[in-house]
Amino acid sequence: MAGRAQPISAFPGIGAALVVAALILGTLAAVAARAEAGTGFGVSDWAALRFTLTQASLSALLSVGLAIPVARALARRRFPGRRLLIALLGAPFILPVIVAILGLLAVFGRAGWLSSLLGLFGLEPVQIYGLHGVVLAHVFFNLPLATRLILQGWQEIPAERFRLAAQLNAGPLAMWQLLEAPMLRRAAPGALAVVFAICLSSFAVALTLGGGPRATTIELAIYQAFRFDFDLGRAALLSGLQLGLTGAAALVALRVSAGEGFGAGLDRAVQRWDGHSRFSRGLDMFWIFLSAAFLLLPLAAIVLAGLPGLAALKGTVWQAAGNSILVSGFSTVILLALALPMAAAVAAGRDGMTELAGILGLAASPLVIGTGLFILIHPIADPFALALPVTALVNAVMALPFAMRILVPRAREVLGRYGRLSLSLDMQGWAFVRHVYLPRMRAQTGFAAGLAAALSMGDLGVVALFADPDFATLPLQIYRLMGAYRMEAAAGAALLLLVLSMGAFWILDRGGRWHAEA
Amino acid sequence: MLKLENCRIINGGFAVEADLAVAPGVCAAVIGPSGAGKSTLIEAIAGFLPVSRGGISWNGADLTAAPPGKRPIAMLFQDGNLFPHLTVAQNVALGIHASLRLADAERRQVEEALARVGLADMGNRKPAALSGGQQSRVALARVLVQGRDLLLLDEPFAALGPALKAEMLDLVAELARESGATVLMVSHDPNDARRIADQVVLVADGRAHAPQQTTQMLDNPPPALRAYLGMA
Repeated sequence: MAGRAQPISAFPGIGAALVVAALILGTLAAVAARAEAGTGFGVSDWAALRFTLTQASLSALLSVGLAIPVARALARRRFPGRRLLIALLGAPFILPVIVAILGLLAVFGRAGWLSSLLGLFGLEPVQIYGLHGVVLAHVFFNLPLATRLILQGWQEIPAERFRLAAQLNAGPLAMWQLLEAPMLRRAAPGALAVVFAICLSSFAVALTLGGGPRATTIELAIYQAFRFDFDLGRAALLSGLQLGLTGAAALVALRVSAGEGFGAGLDRAVQRWDGHSRFSRGLDMFWIFLSAAFLLLPLAAIVLAGLPGLAALKGTVWQAAGNSILVSGFSTVILLALALPMAAAVAAGRDGMTELAGILGLAASPLVIGTGLFILIHPIADPFALALPVTALVNAVMALPFAMRILVPRAREVLGRYGRLSLSLDMQGWAFVRHVYLPRMRAQTGFAAGLAAALSMGDLGVVALFADPDFATLPLQIYRLMGAYRMEAAAGAALLLLVLSMGAFWILDRGGRWHAEA
Repeated sequence: MLKLENCRIINGGFAVEADLAVAPGVCAAVIGPSGAGKSTLIEAIAGFLPVSRGGISWNGADLTAAPPGKRPIAMLFQDGNLFPHLTVAQNVALGIHASLRLADAERRQVEEALARVGLADMGNRKPAALSGGQQSRVALARVLVQGRDLLLLDEPFAALGPALKAEMLDLVAELARESGATVLMVSHDPNDARRIADQVVLVADGRAHAPQQTTQMLDNPPPALRAYLGMA
């Protein structure tokens, strides 16, 4: 109920939201002030815009197109390992991009497994760099997400409908027309929009698999303008373009998508009476096998390629790993300091601005914030010396929208259930936060912290902008090793990064649920 | 004396009017058809709903604008009266200090309250390890240490079986008698009223009526109550 008294103040949350809004809008203003109106867009800028839109469209279409048969197979089959496979579909979200790329290179690269296999038949090796490499990597990351979104749609079809359809002896075509097509008309546009929006601000994938005049995204162009030409005006102009694009896409994605990808209850199999023909069974198994192989082979390749390199890791890699752990730790603390008060403010009913600040994080691009921060810091301090705190801060802001989606529903529940009791006991402010809010939010806090830590650990974005040659996080160090063609060392470091990211997520998520009462 | 003078309470789409007084030390049952506004009345007295007209006072002190925690009131809700992550002793201790920082004397007070409701040595357990009846007793132990003048019950025992509910009501009556507290309890069961209430406040047709003697009221119900009780 609006205006009802709450045991927790909304002001810290509104303060946190103001900090986030100031960071995003302030850096944008700094960028805009530097953008030179006279220069306008060059040929290469238009090429970057075109490539960004093309790859994002292709990635979205392929991810969702492939996700439909996979989700359908998962929705109507029960087999050993089904729960595990569905849990695995959540893994790419926290998988460091650079690790996945090394895995994809090991499978699909020139010297990879697929090329070797083709070589046996006297065929040319496949080419992974360029548009199709970028799209391949994006499909690797977003096919699982799209599958989860669409699987959710399938499971929201009430079991009674399937019973009724079976009773009416509906065949595959009738089933499609009656149940599946209407559901997909609702679920698919949302999934398309979400994947499209994510792929728009692709940086690390384009940095490693794209590049050159024909495969540069806007984010990558910002980085190049900044890093190679030190042309702040052009970086600023591109930042404005990027922000307009991601902002519009994020708005559309939020408008058309209701579900949220982490959805609970996805492991429930609805009892079905259709699809028992040998053909449809074979078809489903084909899709399940294909998607599992597509997800698992690159991961297996990383483990296989990384194990020999792990023993020979140099001091610089361990140092970079130490930096990554520091960045990840700081970033997680910053995220919780922002998200917990903001979730409380939203739950207490002051939602408008607080939720807006969380959404702004979705539209903001790390490279744009990074460019803005550089412009702001440059006159007063050496930006390169601040690489670590800046990276931690930007990572926290990028993780904020996800954290809010996890924390807000629970915060609403806690205030709804214990708000009145706490008020009647005159338990407010810090006493309520300490004895009720934080303990009741523990599992969700752990989950959000785990996501933030893993995302930050694996992030290769703003750090590439700010790092001088003497400073590196682990993902950046891996990128440098790849650039020096030291693939074995890169694979070893990638395996280390994989362990660190997954380990950070596991420890924090488990820690939140440890000895937690329902 | 609890006084509601010319009060109008708006809860969403409907309103309840009340102009009544409850004498100190009385145990009054609030009965009436469901949806008539029994809980609305109680929530306004507790401070969770504002009154749009009139005022509420206790022994001459105006409560109308006081926040819930600052009123001389202890309240038990229909459910969720205990925090599941806190121990039994901590749940009781909240009635003394919301910060949970207790002096030794206050800690003894918690133990005594638990012993009084028959839960000695259960202080270290979590609510989930207790039965429904025992959980109600913990909530009553907290009411005891709160030591407020007024106790409001919004059907906290509704989920218990008949025998257990009767036991709890008797315990409430006993504790109220010992401390001299004034009790207002929402109920949809006239037997609850007969069991422990001296007076009955009838809430019907958007109006909370002045309290009447329980037996008199229930033996000779006015038309609104007659319809509710299913008497021809």
